[in-house]
Amino acid sequence: MEKRMQRTYEVMFIVRPDLQEEETDKLLATLQTHATNAGAQVQSLDKWGKRRLAYDVKKFQEGLYVLLTLQADGKAIHELERRMRVAEQILKFITVRMDEEQQRLEKIRKIRASRVKRPPVEATPAAEAENPPVTA
Amino acid sequence: MADETNQGSTPSGPRPPARSGDRGDRPDRGPGGRGDAGGRKFFRRKKVCKFCVEKIDDINYKDVRLLQGFVAERGKIVPRRLTGVCTPHQRRLSAAIKRARNIALLPFAAR
Repeated sequence: MEKRMQRTYEVMFIVRPDLQEEETDKLLATLQTHATNAGAQVQSLDKWGKRRLAYDVKKFQEGLYVLLTLQADGKAIHELERRMRVAEQILKFITVRMDEEQQRLEKIRKIRASRVKRPPVEATPAAEAENPPVTA
Repeated sequence: MADETNQGSTPSGPRPPARSGDRGDRPDRGPGGRGDAGGRKFFRRKKVCKFCVEKIDDINYKDVRLLQGFVAERGKIVPRRLTGVCTPHQRRLSAAIKRARNIALLPFAAR
């Protein structure tokens, strides 16, 4: 029995801009292993590259944005956040839970799709018979 | 220079109307909407929610371009009455802007 609740999370964090490329790669690799060790499955890791920060963070004006998408439970996220808080190369991070939002979007998409389909279907008598009870 | 005049006017601006604003708000808002705009000779184009029209369901904090359009020069969230965004979308929009601020994609206060 899998008791852990796996959810989709998205962790965006900013890495110091003055690191060598190898160092950042190393940092990301260790972070990923930590995540998997904590029981999370990394789905994607997306480097946005250097970006100007909207405000100074730890006296840095720019930073390397990285977006990490993963399947995890709350405990794994907690552990990952703790690691990031400790790592001094990481200036800032934000974790966003995605699954509820994705479900919502899925729902909207379905409703949209059914609305688009309806007009051409109306021409057939079977659909016409079906439609009135729905509206009434 | 421009900043100084701005700062000078903003603190003095909201404060005096704050009292009369409570009273003034209600009668203002009732007829002040679309009905009155027609009565006066102003023709105000009816604003529509951008997100409803363009069918943008996902207001994401990562989409800085999109969010920037709903943020004033100083970084404030532009109110609904100015942008015409509908209530559900404004709610999501403001949440997205706040997230973006948290990760330094948008400023809390510009300059």
